[in-house]
Amino acid sequence: MSSQLNHNRRNFLKIAAATGGGLLLGFNWTDSEAAVAGAPLKGVAAPAIDFNSYLSINPQGVITILSPNPEVGQGIKTAFPIIVAEELDADWKNVVVEQAPLDTQKFERQVAGGSGSIPHSWKRLRVAGATARHMLLEAAAKRWNVSASDCTTSKGFVLHAASKRKLSYGELATEASKMPVPADVKLKEIKDFKLIGQTIKNVDNPGILTGKPLFGLDFHREGMLIGMLQRPAFGYKLKSVDSAAAKAMPGIVNVVTINNSVAVVGKSTWQVKKAKDALKIEWEKDGNLESTSDHNRIFKEMLDSPNTTVRRKDGDVETAFKNAAKVVKAEYQCPFLPHSPLEPMNFFAHVKADSAELVGPSQTPEAARNQTAKLLGLPPEKVSVQLTRMGGGFGRRLNTDYAIEAVQVSKAVNAPVKVMWTREDDMTGGIYRPAVRYRFEAALDAQNNLIGYKLRGASINAGNATREDNFPSGAVENLLIDSIDHKSPITTGPWRAPITNFLAFAEQAFLDEVAQAAGKDPVQFRLELLDKAKQKPVGKITYDIDRMKGVIQLAVEKSGWGKKTGVSQGFSVYFSHRSYVAQIGEVVVEKGKPVLKKVYSAADCGIVINQSGAQQQVRGCVVDGIGHAMYGNITFKDGIPDQKNFNDYKLIRMNEVPEVDVHFVQNEIEPTGLGEPSLPPAGAAVANAIFKATGKRLYNQPFVEAEVFKGVS
Amino acid sequence: MALFKLQINGKSYQTEAEADTPLLWVLRDNLGLFGTKYGCGIAQCGACTVHLNGEATRSCTLPVSAIGTSKVTTIEGLSKNGDHPVQKAWDEVDVAQCGYCQAGQIMTAAALLKRKPQPTDAEIEATMSGNICRCGTYHRIKEAVKVAAKTK
Repeated sequence: MSSQLNHNRRNFLKIAAATGGGLLLGFNWTDSEAAVAGAPLKGVAAPAIDFNSYLSINPQGVITILSPNPEVGQGIKTAFPIIVAEELDADWKNVVVEQAPLDTQKFERQVAGGSGSIPHSWKRLRVAGATARHMLLEAAAKRWNVSASDCTTSKGFVLHAASKRKLSYGELATEASKMPVPADVKLKEIKDFKLIGQTIKNVDNPGILTGKPLFGLDFHREGMLIGMLQRPAFGYKLKSVDSAAAKAMPGIVNVVTINNSVAVVGKSTWQVKKAKDALKIEWEKDGNLESTSDHNRIFKEMLDSPNTTVRRKDGDVETAFKNAAKVVKAEYQCPFLPHSPLEPMNFFAHVKADSAELVGPSQTPEAARNQTAKLLGLPPEKVSVQLTRMGGGFGRRLNTDYAIEAVQVSKAVNAPVKVMWTREDDMTGGIYRPAVRYRFEAALDAQNNLIGYKLRGASINAGNATREDNFPSGAVENLLIDSIDHKSPITTGPWRAPITNFLAFAEQAFLDEVAQAAGKDPVQFRLELLDKAKQKPVGKITYDIDRMKGVIQLAVEKSGWGKKTGVSQGFSVYFSHRSYVAQIGEVVVEKGKPVLKKVYSAADCGIVINQSGAQQQVRGCVVDGIGHAMYGNITFKDGIPDQKNFNDYKLIRMNEVPEVDVHFVQNEIEPTGLGEPSLPPAGAAVANAIFKATGKRLYNQPFVEAEVFKGVS
Repeated sequence: MALFKLQINGKSYQTEAEADTPLLWVLRDNLGLFGTKYGCGIAQCGACTVHLNGEATRSCTLPVSAIGTSKVTTIEGLSKNGDHPVQKAWDEVDVAQCGYCQAGQIMTAAALLKRKPQPTDAEIEATMSGNICRCGTYHRIKEAVKVAAKTK
């Protein structure tokens, strides 16, 4: 540090970049325009400044923090700046948050996925804030001619207690820029956090609540056209199109063929939609035309197939099952699901001779940029992607298909075009959650110890539908996990908590059944397995046994597990995306049908950044998990989805959600992610509670099709 | 194409559209009012909810030709400064996750509270169950409706 005195801004940034781990922050000291908190936001980083920038401070003390990751409803646009502001000791009231543009030179991992934003960026964001705080403190000490160690910071001020002097960050900003850059800045003690862990509102509330055009579909540019595509169903390709009628309709500018789809481009949404409906398209077979009945047969064939891939093998499963006093066997099935973000797919693209401009909702804007560059033969820096707020994503917007389509349409018609999908396009357009069927077998000895465990995952376009190292692996001496996959023309992709969103239901429902067969309390049964894994681990263990026990104990304590009368409780616990969540569902039978009244959720995601956002993520995951387990179902007839819109595909509504009681394990573990981990356990918490209430096991999603929901008189 | 005179958010607008164009697309494409959202186009999700003479109405299935002299209010016109009791309650409770459905939720809630200033839980559920929130913010929506009912 001492050798790096008096650098100008540019040098500071170079040094920061050279310290490894990427550039952590930059000050845009040139921004003297008075940005006032609460006023309409405006651009802060002057385009000419070619350096990274997480935050800037203007002379009025307004701190602008750029939030680089895509905001899909997970609250990252609020959470990232909280971390920076914490270490900066900023007054949150004076913080203005802006969405950063896509710039992977300046920001790393501009992705919304895998519950990974906070775990990945936690340290960098802290260092960004702490470095700035350090330099402000040094600047004040220099001006007062006192030792920096006698100065403190609080809420946007540097204080010198001995002389009762204080200076605002705004007053110090220019001098601070000339201070040496700390090579290894000291971060706060976790116990000293003031902002992190508080309840902080969504920074976009003012815009959301007054209808500001924040979302991709709201993007508008004078002269842009609207595009919609008719895409082939699964296993079909385009044979011919008669677009004469569509072209003759008012407002229609062009009809073009893009791969196997037909794009209608025109002046207004309604005109384009009507023209799209007027297209006369002939499709022809281009692969298997699969129906749900085929899938049900294929699942059974796969589960009996010898051609599986072994994912994990511990001990000697065959002998264990041969010696078993009792064998429990069950199969579980989950259907394809669309993601159904309420804002359907859309993207704006303007392809020009030597560049392209993209604007829209993407969880992976960098991939959209790079694929566009490749498609157009442009260097990536000639493609810009502006991130918009997203009306949900749930994994659908990890794919770039809809952005690339917009690029292709814009290129074909040589005009700026916003391509939008109708709800029907969105629901029938594929990239679904894969469908899967599991077969579980458990061997118990005469003392009801679990001595053998087998899991086979049979899936359609899921690859490996198991997570072979997850619990109970490590706790069972003899274990075999294998998988088999069917390749289908029905496209699939990640769906919030990929794989585990159905695997956890199956596994935790099965363990409930095994506990029952062993005559043990479902919670006690799991705790015994965890103790066994701790004392005598079998093979590789990838989960933290103590953290898993911690959430179990918290859920048990908060729900009064086993001590309640008048309700039937069901238990589930799962580790996914680095975090641990235990849930207990409570069911009563009303008019002969089980009704889910309440879910207790206990999560260990490490340090909670924002109580408001964290509670939202847990509640949202529980509602998402329950809603899709109960109702979600996409079926097919000869490659064509049967469900097309929310009239025949049901999403959960307010009158169907249980109360959700949210708890977090309090610890000082670095954040491990919260966008997904509370979803996987929800299905089994419900199914196990329904079993307790009715004596009926649920083996297939959607649950609502089970006999038990038809009611008994 | 025909010329339509519309009363929206206390202002008069004139715009040309085909007679069967849903109000939703006239608002968004013709008038630049993007606060009213498209979610399904078949009046199932409620994202497009506006007020027609004070009543919550699905603008995605309401042809512009059917509006006549009815007064339309959109989220942009619910209050001058974003300070309608329902908007304030939505902020206080911090309802939004992705936020896409919330304009429709707010418009539905505002119409409910106008009709029924102190709704019961069952009434809130019955009315608000017409609006889908894919993020699952239903608990806070219900709470915010109650907060708004108290502060009205």
